[in-house]
Amino acid sequence: MRSPLRPIGEAFWSVRWPLAALALLLAFNAAFTPGFFALEVRDGRLFGVLVDILNHGSRVAIVALGMTLVIATGGVDLSVGAVVAISGAVAATLVAQHGAPWPLAMGAALAVSLIAGVWNGVLVTVMRLQPIVATLILMVAGRGVAQLITDGLIITFESPPLAYLGNGSLLGLPVPVAMLAGAFVAFGLVSRRTTLGLFIESIGDNPPAARLAGVPDRLVVLLVYAVCGLCAGAAGLIDCSYIKAADANNAGQLLELDAILAVVLGGTSLAGGRFLLFGSVIGAMIMQTLTKTLYMQNVSADIAPAPKAIAVILVCLLQSPVVRERVRRMRGGGGA
Amino acid sequence: MSRMHRRLALGLLTAASALTLLSGCSKQDGSTPNSSEKPKADGAKEPSAPKSQVRVGFSQIGAESDWRKANTESIQAEAKKRGIDLQFVDAQQKQENQIKALRSFIVQDVDVIAFSPVVETGWEPVLKEIKDAGIPVVLTDRAVDVSDPDLFVTFIGADFVEEDAGRGSGWRRRPGGNAKIAELQGTPGSAPAIDRKKGFEEIIAGYPGLQIIKSQTGEFTRAKGREVMESFLKSPEGKDITALFSHNDDMALGAIQAIEEAGLKPGVDIKIVSIDGVHAAFEAMVAGKLNCTVECNPLLGPQLFDAVEAIVAGKPVEKRIVTKEGVFTQETAAEDIKTRQY
Repeated sequence: MRSPLRPIGEAFWSVRWPLAALALLLAFNAAFTPGFFALEVRDGRLFGVLVDILNHGSRVAIVALGMTLVIATGGVDLSVGAVVAISGAVAATLVAQHGAPWPLAMGAALAVSLIAGVWNGVLVTVMRLQPIVATLILMVAGRGVAQLITDGLIITFESPPLAYLGNGSLLGLPVPVAMLAGAFVAFGLVSRRTTLGLFIESIGDNPPAARLAGVPDRLVVLLVYAVCGLCAGAAGLIDCSYIKAADANNAGQLLELDAILAVVLGGTSLAGGRFLLFGSVIGAMIMQTLTKTLYMQNVSADIAPAPKAIAVILVCLLQSPVVRERVRRMRGGGGA
Repeated sequence: MSRMHRRLALGLLTAASALTLLSGCSKQDGSTPNSSEKPKADGAKEPSAPKSQVRVGFSQIGAESDWRKANTESIQAEAKKRGIDLQFVDAQQKQENQIKALRSFIVQDVDVIAFSPVVETGWEPVLKEIKDAGIPVVLTDRAVDVSDPDLFVTFIGADFVEEDAGRGSGWRRRPGGNAKIAELQGTPGSAPAIDRKKGFEEIIAGYPGLQIIKSQTGEFTRAKGREVMESFLKSPEGKDITALFSHNDDMALGAIQAIEEAGLKPGVDIKIVSIDGVHAAFEAMVAGKLNCTVECNPLLGPQLFDAVEAIVAGKPVEKRIVTKEGVFTQETAAEDIKTRQY
C-alpha cells in the first residue's frame, strides 16, 4: 500500500523551485531586514510581518486556487478583480444600507460571485468565446456594476461578523489563512481524490481527445469558471471586511494579474494541463513576501516595480526547462 | 502637541498653495455666492460711483490643474459680478510671460495689478517699474521673495510662510516639537502624489525637528494605506513613528485601522494629517482618530476684489490677507461635519 504521506512529499517535490525562491527571499530578509521574523502574541493572536504576509497572501492565494483550475483547462479568468469588487459591494451595501443580517449579506455576495463565474463559463462553453475575451467582458463591465451597486461611493459598514473575516483570528492566525487552508484542502481532495482533476488536466492537455474519451468537457469547464468566481467572491468578502468598507473603485484592482502571476510562479503552465495547487499558494506568498520586503527595505515607491520584476523573472527562469538544461550542461562541461 | 498637527497642516497648506495641487478644491464652487454677498453689503460700491469702471490687470499662472481652473473662474466671475474691467492673462506657467503681461498692464495704466507669481524670485525689476508707474500690486495665492516689502500692497493667500517664520522658532523649542513622520504617498507618478510629496518635503526641510522616516505608496486606497501602515509599524523604526502624513483621506482611514490593530491610539499616539476633506475623514476626526484634514480653497475672487476695491477707495489694506482655507481639525470637526455637502 502507498504511504499516505507520499502524495504530500510529491506535492513538495513538484514545487521545489518556487519553494526555493521563497526560501531565498526569506533568507535575504533574515540577513538584511531587521524585524522581519519578529513574532509576538497580542490579544491572543500572532502579530508580525510573517503573519501579515500570510494574511494578505491568503487573499490572493484563494483567487489563485480558482485561477489555477481555469488555467489548467487552457483558459484564463480576467474578471476576478471585478468580481472581488462586486462581492464586496453587495455585502457592504446589504449590511450598511439595507440592514441585512450578515449571513444573508455574505451569502448574497457569494451567490452573485457564483453567478458571475457561471456567466463566464457559459460564454466560454456555450457561446464558444475565447476565455480571454469572455472574461474580459466582465472584467471591464464588472467594476461598473460594482460602482452602480455602491452608487460610486465607498460604503462603510459596522458589522462585527463581517469585519471578522478580514480582522479576526482563528487559532492565532488571521481568518483568511484559515479560509485558504480550507479551500486548499477542499480543492486538493476534489481534484486528487476524484476524477475531476484528471478531467481538468485532460481538457487542458488535449480538448478533442478528452471529449472523445468521454470527458464531460463543457460541464467541467463551466464548473471550473463557477468555482473561480466563487473564490473571487470569497476574496472580495475578505477585502471589504479588511477595510470595513466596500471600495468599488479600487477593490481587487489588478488582482487578476497577481493571481495569474501567482499561478505561473507556482509552476502551472499557462498552456493548460498539469496544475499545481500548492505551487499557486507558494506563488502568492512569494509575491506578498516581495512586496513586504520592498516596504520594509524602504525601497522608493517609484522604483519598487523594478526589483519586483527582476525577482519574478528570476523565479520564472529558475523554472524554465531550457535554462535548467543549459545550466546543467554548462556545469557538466566545466567538470569534464 | 496640537501645535504639532497644526504645523503639519500649515506645511500642507504651503504645499497645497505653492503647488496648487488639490484637484478636489473645485468642488467648493457652491460656496461662491455666500462668501461674496458680504462685500457688497459693506459699501463696496462707493468707489465705483464717483469714478468710472475699476480696471484690474490679473496675470494667472496657467490652467495646470482643476484647482487653478477653479481659482480662475472665481476671479473672473467675481470681477463680472462687481462690474470690474478685468484684463486676464494666462502665463502658461512661464515667468517671462507673466513679466510681459505685467508690463502691458503698466502700459494700459490699469488701477490695480494682481498676479499669482509662478516662481518666488526675480520679480524686483518689474515690480519697481510698476511702483514707479504708481500702480498698486496685489499678490494672490503665492508670495514673492523681494527685499523691499513696499513693492506690493498685500498678499492674499494661505496661512503659511509669514506665520511660521514668526512662530516656527518658538515652536521648535517646545518639548514634543519633534516628529518622526511616516508618509503615505499617492499613486507613484501621479501629479497629486508628486506635488504633495515635494511640497511637504520642502516645508519639512525648514524644521529639523520634523523628519520623514518612512515613505511608501498607498496608491490612494484604503486597503493599501492600511497594508503599508502595517509594514511601517512593524519595521524597526516603526515604534518611533509619532505622526502620519497621508496624501489623501482614504489612505489615512486605512492606516487608522492598522494603527489600532497595533495597539496604538490613532490621533493620540500617532498624529494624523491628510488631504481632501472627505466626509469619512470628518467622521474620523469626530471620533478623535484623525487630527486634521486639509482642503485648500481656490476661491480667492471675493477676497481679491474686496482688497482691490479698498485700495481704489484709498482705504488701508492689511499687508497679509489670509484666505479662508479648509484646515479642519478635531476641535471643530463636530461642527464642520454638519456643513459638509459631500
